[in-house]
Amino acid sequence: MKDTFHTDRPVIEARGLNLTFQTGDGPVHALKDVDLTINKGDFVSFIGPSGCGKTTFLRCIAALEHPTGGTLTVNGLTPDDARKRRAYGYVFQAAGLYPWRTIAGNVKLPLEIMGFSKAEQEERVRKVLELVELSGFGAKFPWQLSGGMQQRASIARALAFDADILLMDEPFGALDEIVRDRLNEELLKLWARTSKTIGFVTHSIPEAVYLSTKIVVMSPRPGRITDIIDSPLPKDRPLEIRDSPEFIEIAHRVREGLRAGHLDE
Amino acid sequence: MGRAAPILTVLCGIFVLWYLAAIWMNATWVYDQASRSNTSVTLAQVIPQTMAQERPLLPPPHQVAQVLWDGVTGQAVTSKRSLVYHGYVTLRGTMMGFALGTLLGVALAMAIVRFRVMELSVMPWAIISQTIPIVALAPMILTVSNQIGIDNREVPKAIIAAYLSFFPVLVSMIKGLRSPDQMQLDLLSTYGASEPQTFFKLRLPASLPYFFASLKVAVAAALVGTIIGELPTGAVEGLGARMLIGSQFGEPLIMWAALFAAAILAGGLILIVGWIERAARARMGVPA
Repeated sequence: MKDTFHTDRPVIEARGLNLTFQTGDGPVHALKDVDLTINKGDFVSFIGPSGCGKTTFLRCIAALEHPTGGTLTVNGLTPDDARKRRAYGYVFQAAGLYPWRTIAGNVKLPLEIMGFSKAEQEERVRKVLELVELSGFGAKFPWQLSGGMQQRASIARALAFDADILLMDEPFGALDEIVRDRLNEELLKLWARTSKTIGFVTHSIPEAVYLSTKIVVMSPRPGRITDIIDSPLPKDRPLEIRDSPEFIEIAHRVREGLRAGHLDE
Repeated sequence: MGRAAPILTVLCGIFVLWYLAAIWMNATWVYDQASRSNTSVTLAQVIPQTMAQERPLLPPPHQVAQVLWDGVTGQAVTSKRSLVYHGYVTLRGTMMGFALGTLLGVALAMAIVRFRVMELSVMPWAIISQTIPIVALAPMILTVSNQIGIDNREVPKAIIAAYLSFFPVLVSMIKGLRSPDQMQLDLLSTYGASEPQTFFKLRLPASLPYFFASLKVAVAAALVGTIIGELPTGAVEGLGARMLIGSQFGEPLIMWAALFAAAILAGGLILIVGWIERAARARMGVPA
């Protein structure tokens, strides 16, 4: 699909991307002929049933998986090189904070590994904790925080080293609806303030439609893209927007796309 | 008090059983004496006589306590009759063996987790090593170290103690170093973390709870190893030697006192490891 809304240079570009896992039951096509362009500042959601390759695609961008065919560039580099230049921060479904480190200590982890100076570590930790509204919780240990707060801390950790791209793999999947709504709202604010490019895997249709500027609908066996929807919703989105006709129309189209992928089988 | 009650109840039960067994086992000697002098004794006369024999088959608790007390406080601590002296010798051997065993266990675990070939080549031998009875092996270790010119008795003792104590540390540390899940490892690789960084930031701290759990077993095993190392040497020092002397010279009270001294030492060591563990856990933010 041609992108007419953004004129910026592409941040992530996949052409004819294939990934086949060799398993005991024969090869599994996790990704088949995936073409996708993500521009700077996009908020892209990947939605589809499990096994559709949405997480695998995100992991390819992060160089955690390596495609078996096609090309994939991140900031014009290979995913491996992009990682070396700290191109992205990754947020997993579980917060995965180290229980033996404080919240500030956890956020500091990537900074220590990347060799930031002590003073800069402190400064950055303070800034990102403020960004996710966890100022004052730095000295707490993870078990002292709620699940939602832990996930915010893990977002802070991904933001700490100022990557341009934020990759999120079902980050709110394990949280309840109310917490999820709040975190969605906060994530949009954060995105507006930082103008990061975000790749977001979910299997919630409302979440995908509410957050995204671009929705990528995928289907399984083989994992492929069935529809790419550019959202006409404005950048400023109160929660009430979910009752508007535009919102419902996009949600409808996503549902159709998911169903079409299912009928193919 | 709520925690002490069940322990005290069991302790009382043990004492009752112990006294009953002492009466039953030591009565034989009393009846023997009586029949030799052609007198008859009633049970009421027998019981007091089972409580204060010089060479009882089974000394009752108060006799053991008395000899133990005398051995600890009644002698100069440098005396060969002092249990403090012998206990110190055993403690020194235990600590050396424990340190050596822990070091070996951790080092082997690191190598095994890092190199698959180490797991295939070393692990079976580590397991086999624990199936050989240490009492069979201990004299050999002593003889060999003597042959190669190690006159110091401490070294073979420490080796035997280490032989017993490295294994629990090894098994726990392998499990501990492998405890981080794939997501944790993926997270570090998104930071481009090097292998040493992954080890020190993730694997090592994640393994500490496993490490401390194994230390309690290892310290007790090191003590047992040291005592066994003191048995066949003709050693003159240490609680093991004390037990052997008691057994060879028919002095059960000496043996029992040494036995209890060893048990108290073991309990103390485990307590200390427990304190260190709690301090470490508090520092690592584990809820109390």
